[in-house]
Amino acid sequence: MTKFGSAVFNRLVIIIPYAWLMFFFLIPFFIVFRISLSQTAVAMPPYLPVFDLADGLSGIFSGIREFSIDNYLWLTQDALYINAYGASLWIAGVSTLCTLLIAYPIAYGMAQAPSNLRATLLMLVILPFWTSFLIRVYAWIAILKPEGLLNQFLLGIGVIDQPLIILNTNWAIYIGIVYSYLPFMVLPIYSALEKMDHSLNEAAQDLGCTPISAFWQVTFRLSLPGVIAGCMLVFIPAVGEFVIPDLLGGSETLMIGKTLWNEFNANRDWPVSAAVATILLLILVVPIMFFQQAQAKADGEGR
Amino acid sequence: MKSLGSIRRSFAPWSDPASKPFISFRNVTKKFGDFVAVDNLSLDIFPREFFALLGASGCGKSTLLRMLAGFEQPTSGEIILDGQSLAGTPPYRRPVNMMFQSYALFPHMTVENNIAFGLKQDGMPKTEIAERVDQMLKLVKLDKFAKRKPHQLSGGQRQRVALARSLAKRPKVLLLDEPLGALDKKLREETQFELMDLQQELGLTFVVVTHDQEEAMTMADRIAVMAHGKVIQVATPPEIYEAPNSRFVADFIGDVNIFDGTVSAAGGGYVELTTDGGLSIRVASPETPSVGAKAGFAVRPEKIRVGNARPACAPLNAAEGVIWDIGYLGDMTVFHVKLKDGRVVKASSLNAVRAVEDPLGYDQEVWIWFDENAGVVLRD
Repeated sequence: MTKFGSAVFNRLVIIIPYAWLMFFFLIPFFIVFRISLSQTAVAMPPYLPVFDLADGLSGIFSGIREFSIDNYLWLTQDALYINAYGASLWIAGVSTLCTLLIAYPIAYGMAQAPSNLRATLLMLVILPFWTSFLIRVYAWIAILKPEGLLNQFLLGIGVIDQPLIILNTNWAIYIGIVYSYLPFMVLPIYSALEKMDHSLNEAAQDLGCTPISAFWQVTFRLSLPGVIAGCMLVFIPAVGEFVIPDLLGGSETLMIGKTLWNEFNANRDWPVSAAVATILLLILVVPIMFFQQAQAKADGEGR
Repeated sequence: MKSLGSIRRSFAPWSDPASKPFISFRNVTKKFGDFVAVDNLSLDIFPREFFALLGASGCGKSTLLRMLAGFEQPTSGEIILDGQSLAGTPPYRRPVNMMFQSYALFPHMTVENNIAFGLKQDGMPKTEIAERVDQMLKLVKLDKFAKRKPHQLSGGQRQRVALARSLAKRPKVLLLDEPLGALDKKLREETQFELMDLQQELGLTFVVVTHDQEEAMTMADRIAVMAHGKVIQVATPPEIYEAPNSRFVADFIGDVNIFDGTVSAAGGGYVELTTDGGLSIRVASPETPSVGAKAGFAVRPEKIRVGNARPACAPLNAAEGVIWDIGYLGDMTVFHVKLKDGRVVKASSLNAVRAVEDPLGYDQEVWIWFDENAGVVLRD
C-alpha cells in the first residue's frame, strides 16, 4: 500500500468506532432526550410536539418552544421513581460485589493454572453464552421455586424441613444477576492477572511480605484496573436490568427497568419513560466520567 | 580510598581452613518431577565473598539461587546460612534479598516507595525509612528520580532502583539473578565495576547468577562453573581460566584449543603426550597419568605464537601449518592456522605496535609453538 493509501486507511479505521457511536448511541440518545421534553398525547406517535418538515422553520421553532422539563419534575415528585432508582442501584451494587467475590478467586485460579489448561478454562467461562440468556434465566425458576431442584435437594439431605422461599424475592434477583454476569467479571480480572509478572509477588515476599500481604499490596493492587472494568461491566447493565427482576423477582421490589417498561408499554407514556431513561443514563455516565478523570490524573502523577 | 586490589589480593578465606563458610549447600538436590535441576550439590560461600554461579541456561544455577531466597525448597539436603539451617524458613523471614532478572519493580509505586517497600514491611519508623531511602538513592545516584515511576526510567536506572531496593534492608546476603543481562554492553561494563565497589563498601556477601563468563570473571572472587545441576569447578577466575579441571570448563570459559592424545611419559613435574595428529607435546604439570593413557591437552589461543621461522623448541610443542583465516579485532589478531594433519588451531596475538600491514597473510606457511607451561593436561 502506498503511504498515502495507508494514511487514508488509518483515518478510516478511526472513523469506524466514532461512526458507530454516532449512529447507534448519540443519535438514538437525542431522539430519546427530545421525546423526554415532550408531552404525552393520544396520537401516533403518542407525544407532542411532532415536527413536520412541511411546517418549515417556523413550525420547528414553535415546536421547540413547546418543550418543557415537566416530565423530569414529575419524576422527582413521585416517590415511585426515586425508590425504583434507589432499589436498582442497591441491587446492582450488592450483585456486583457478590459477583466480584466469586469471580476474583475464579480468575486468580485460572491465571495460576498451567498455561496449557488456561484456554480450556477460558472456554468453560464463556460456555454458558452458547445457551440463550432467556433460557438460562428460566432454568433458574425451575431451580429456585418452592418445589424446585434446590429445595428438593436441601429437603432431601435434611438441612431444612420447610421449602425455602427464594423465587420472587430479591434473593432470586441477586442469584440471577450474579450468575448471568459472572463471565463479564471473570474475563477482565483474568486478563489483568494473567499478564502480571509473577516475580513481582516473589519480590514482595523477598522484601518481607507474607504471601497474604504480598497478594493485597501487589497482586490485587495491580489487578485493580481489571476489577474496575469488571465491576462496570456488571454494575451498569445490572442497574437497568429488566428480564431478571421480571422473571425471578417479586412484586415488592420495583427496579427501574421494570418501571420504564411499565411507563412505555402499559401506560403508553413515552415522554416520561424517555425521561426515566435519560436520568438513568446520567446516573451511570456522570460518576464514570469523574472516575476516569481521577484515574487519568493519578496515572499522570510524577510525570 | 584504598584500591580494591589491596583488599582483594589478601582475600582468600576459602584456602584458610580456620575460616567458617557463611553459606553452605550440603548435598542439596532439587527435582521438578523427573527433572533433576540440582544434583547432590555441596558448596561453601564465605563472608564478604563475591561469588558467581556460572553456567548455560538450564544448568541449575537459578534454581540454586531461588532455593537460597526461599522460593524453592530443596528435595533433599540442606542449606545453612550463618550457622542456621534455612529449612522451613519462608522467603519473607530470610535475611537475604534478591535482585530479580526482570528487576520486578512495583509498577504502581514511585522509585522511593519501591525502595521503602521492604522497610515498611518491617515496621521501621517513618523518619528512619526516609533517611534510609535517601541514603540508598544517593548510593545508586538516583536522588533526582525519587518521585518517578519505574516506567519513566531507562533500563540502567531501573536496574539501579532494583539494586537499591534489594540493599535497603541491609541483607546479610544479596542475591543477583543475571543483574546486568538487560543492559547494553557499555553500561554493563561500567555497572560491573560499580557493583564490585559497592560490595566492598558495604561488606556484604554477593551471590550472582550469570551466563556471561566475562561478567563472572570481572566481578567474582570465586566462580562455580555449573552444568546439569552439578558444580564442575569452583575456583578463582585466574584458576578457572588457566587451570580448568576438566574439558568442560576449559571449553566453556574463553577460547581454547584441545588436542587429544596419548601419554608417552609422565613424572618429575612434566607430562609428555603424542597427539592423535602426531604432535609431540611436553607440558609442565603436577599430574602423573600412566603411560599409554588417553589425555587431552588444552591451550588458549593467546598462548600460541605464530611466526615465519622455525622455533628453537621444534619439533617439541611446535607444528607447521598455513594461515587459513585472519580475524583482525583491533587490539589483537586471531589466526586460524591449518596444520598438516588438517586440524585448525586458533592463535591470537596482541597488536602491541601499530602495524598497518601484518607480515603474516593468508595462505602463508607458518610455524606455531608454545611454552611448556602454556597449557594444561585434561585427564577426563
